[in-house]
Amino acid sequence: MTTAENPATATDTRTITLLVNGREVTRAVSTRTTLSDFLREDLDLVSVHLGCEHGVCGCCTVLFDGESVRACLMLAVQARGHEVETVESLSADQNDLHPIQQSFAEEQGLQCGFCTPAMVLRAKEILADGRERSDAEVRSDISGILCRCTGYQNIVNAVQNAGRKLSRGANGGAGTHDGVGTSAVDGAETEQATDIDRAPGFDGPAGTEQRG
Amino acid sequence: MTATQEPTAVTHGGTKPAYKYIGSDRKRVEDPRLLVGRGGYVADMKMQGLLHAAILRSPLPHARIASIDTSGAEAIPGVIAVLTGEDCKAHMNPCMNFGPSTISQYPIAVDKVRYVGECVAVVVAESRYVAEDGIEALEVEFDELPAVTNPHAALEPDAALLHDEHGSNLGYERTFEFGDITKALDDAHLVVSDTLHWGRSAGMPMETSGAIARPGTNGVLEVYCNSLNFSYLQFLVAGALRIPSNKLKMQPVAAGGSFGSKFTAHKVPTLAAFLALRTGRPVSYVEDRLDHLMNSDHHASDRYYEARMGFTEDGMITGLDVDVVDDYGAYLQFGVGTHGNALSQATGPYRFRDLRYKLRAALTNKCQQGAYRGFGSEVHNWVLERLVEQGAKKLGLAPEEIRRRNFIQPEEFPYKIPGGNVYDSGNYPEVLDRALSMIDVEHWRREKKRLREEEGRYIGLGIATTQERSVFSSTEFWFWFDEPAFPITSSPESATITIDPAGQFQLLLHCQAMWGNSPETVSTTVLAEEFGVEPESVNVSYADTSRALPGTGPGGSRYTVMVAGAVRGASRKLKKKLIDIAAHSLEVSADDLELVDGRVQVVGAPERSLGIPDLAASAYFFALNLPPGMESGLEEAYTYDHPYTTLPSADRSDLGVFYPIMGHACHIAVMEVDPDTGRCSFLDYVAVHDAGTVVNPKSLGGHVTGGSAQGLGTSLYEELAYDTEGQFNSATFLDYLVPSANEVPPFRIGHVETPSPYTEYGIKGGGEGGRMVTPSVVSAAVDDALAEYGMHVQELPVRPATIVETVQDAIDARQ
Ligand code: FES
Ligand code: FES
Repeated sequence: MTTAENPATATDTRTITLLVNGREVTRAVSTRTTLSDFLREDLDLVSVHLGCEHGVCGCCTVLFDGESVRACLMLAVQARGHEVETVESLSADQNDLHPIQQSFAEEQGLQCGFCTPAMVLRAKEILADGRERSDAEVRSDISGILCRCTGYQNIVNAVQNAGRKLSRGANGGAGTHDGVGTSAVDGAETEQATDIDRAPGFDGPAGTEQRG
Repeated sequence: MTATQEPTAVTHGGTKPAYKYIGSDRKRVEDPRLLVGRGGYVADMKMQGLLHAAILRSPLPHARIASIDTSGAEAIPGVIAVLTGEDCKAHMNPCMNFGPSTISQYPIAVDKVRYVGECVAVVVAESRYVAEDGIEALEVEFDELPAVTNPHAALEPDAALLHDEHGSNLGYERTFEFGDITKALDDAHLVVSDTLHWGRSAGMPMETSGAIARPGTNGVLEVYCNSLNFSYLQFLVAGALRIPSNKLKMQPVAAGGSFGSKFTAHKVPTLAAFLALRTGRPVSYVEDRLDHLMNSDHHASDRYYEARMGFTEDGMITGLDVDVVDDYGAYLQFGVGTHGNALSQATGPYRFRDLRYKLRAALTNKCQQGAYRGFGSEVHNWVLERLVEQGAKKLGLAPEEIRRRNFIQPEEFPYKIPGGNVYDSGNYPEVLDRALSMIDVEHWRREKKRLREEEGRYIGLGIATTQERSVFSSTEFWFWFDEPAFPITSSPESATITIDPAGQFQLLLHCQAMWGNSPETVSTTVLAEEFGVEPESVNVSYADTSRALPGTGPGGSRYTVMVAGAVRGASRKLKKKLIDIAAHSLEVSADDLELVDGRVQVVGAPERSLGIPDLAASAYFFALNLPPGMESGLEEAYTYDHPYTTLPSADRSDLGVFYPIMGHACHIAVMEVDPDTGRCSFLDYVAVHDAGTVVNPKSLGGHVTGGSAQGLGTSLYEELAYDTEGQFNSATFLDYLVPSANEVPPFRIGHVETPSPYTEYGIKGGGEGGRMVTPSVVSAAVDDALAEYGMHVQELPVRPATIVETVQDAIDARQ
């Protein structure tokens, strides 16, 4: 919706300046406009998807001063003077994808694509430290964003793949490792898993936590 | 119409031809645009002068609408219109409906509300914010009526009526009996019985349903929507709107997930269209999550079973007797098909011949029902597998052993089940063996004992199977009725291939097909296989209804099979034309030519060849180079009809063939259950699926994983809950628990391929199987983990409280 006119309750309008995907923007917004609506409607950044507007699904995730936030839970005016990043900042050109986006394509870490921009941004945030992550860690890291399509495994693979790509990039092209997680369930013999797509370890948090 | 005809089997003879593109893990062609956030969802569309609608939803389960005061809302600047059921009554016909005509429904409640969340009034305004201000300003007076929330009580004679015109709360009732179930159970060595309840859940895609309607030129109303079956049903929407079908143009828009929830989801586009007609302006209505949770187009199955199964002494199943009361909610909408689905694989992968299936559809003050991944067959499978599990226990047989003994054998296909549906092909022992080869169940059985004794942990093993019927035929929607109003027998799919003047491929699909599945990857893979061009080079688009050829749309795992047939059919026609042009140019016989890697060449002399761009140039610009009488241009369309469907018999002793392309799956789970908290977790999980020839193993694996995750939600977490007063208790994602990455284990996936003899390339559907078996596996594993406490899952989701209570009761009873 356009937020400029909002005669109904004559809510206040403020002029805000913020940095969005590296560019400074100044706009007049109604004080009740959410950050997600502002990004979608006023700035055409439709990658910010609204799955619930209750702050639960995480599909509206954007990076706010580098940290993931749920844009549906913030007002646009709260972003005044801050930096907001949406997936368009990685690449808005589908023929020239960012390594994280490439990894999602390679691993098929998406189906309908609705949670995808949020997952990609979250991956960018967590991979920033350059550290290698186990299945369980990635699962925990992305657990604030719901995906109804994939069952998550291919997203976990994509995040790990992206981590390898990024660290290769950082190391001037030298690959650091190429294995997948190999840890297994207590007592399970991993070598049983032979003729399957892959045999990720069952070190998911659901099990780990309990076995602690 | 001929009553029965078996199609000639295309033999794949067990050996699959070598394909260049089909069967390999290719990247999806849909993904690049989704990855940059340009999925093109309906909420992303912008339009000049677009208005926005918000809905006032009923706070009461059952009430007459005494009055609606719209003046407060209308006085708000920016509010354009307020519409109520009175407007529907005056200007619309009831919405499409596949149940009895005495149960009618409009997109806005007329005269009374029948569930919490039903639409009472709509405010159309210049922004969604103002529309919602308008909703706040509406004043409605209701005369409350008694709420009917228990489906059994709903069928009692003194229950309050939902639909006076219908005369009772029994939506419909039917008993099918095939064979002699009384004798089968009387003669059985063992009869097990169970009382089961499958709770209400829903597809719950991350994107809600939405539509934008715009009055266009020439009086054509354009509707952009993410519903799936628009080309099949568009004329029914036009009928509800009282406009000629050629003045309603529905344009498909990619959906952010469906899983059944957008299947025939007609109320949202019908409402948006109605609002545009009444205001004369473009109007957008996109559900918010609350709209979707409490009202959506539909929730899914909510069934109460009394079921019995007989066994011989050595564990052979003798018969199945099912009595199901389905809590349909307030309207019937699309309900019949969910039990048709159950009947398509009523006996599962097993060989028994005696079956009774009694259904009563109860009308209650809850949201209406419709499709969700499995479409009702997954519920039946859970009941079937619960009984098989119980039989195995009582007979002292391992779960894998009782199944192995009862499996239909590979040489018995095509196999006609009681009721008449045919299973085309399969190899159930091989799927079971594959699953058992991926996980050492004996090891886990030892571990279970050891961990219990040494560490006090509770481990359970679950093994279950499912049939995965695919490629529905529309007969299943009406064989329930003796005198169906519209006994439709068509369920086709179409494709149009165009080679443009520069030799580039355009592929036009004729239904809304993109909702997270891979319609473009599949169809371009098939096209690539036929022409030898790279799949990524093909541009795919979707026809609107003003151009669409016959299409039924995705659903019932039909799209991959059907679109492959359509694309291959169109390819054959277009290849013939290319070869005829080349034959004329090269002055050779068409029989001496072949199409290899995008060139038409002389067999044995590949240096004599013409590329597709050369042939395209001739077809478009050099008519004098074409064979005499040939039309200019390079475009061919093909409509692929259902490969194998037959009519039900008049007395319904045979329901005909309506869902013959039969997949199969076996899952094995190792779970740990905490008896103190009821917490369930997974230690290992393998899933082996047979979906015939696999087009893209990675994509199919993704669907198996996603479907299994949803099955897990159905089993353990998700519930669209109503209290006994009819209040709705699942109004946010904090109440309706979609599994997160923390709850979903890394399923280990295996594929077995038994090609279908009836489909192109031998492909079977494979989109739903994950969810169709998970609930049975989880139930069995939870029972196994807590067997010493007498755990016996009878209701889904299995709540932590149920587990804790069962354990506590058992402990109390011992003392
Ligand atoms: S839309 Fe913001 S968390 Fe769901
Ligand atoms: S890809 Fe559909 S919600 Fe994640």
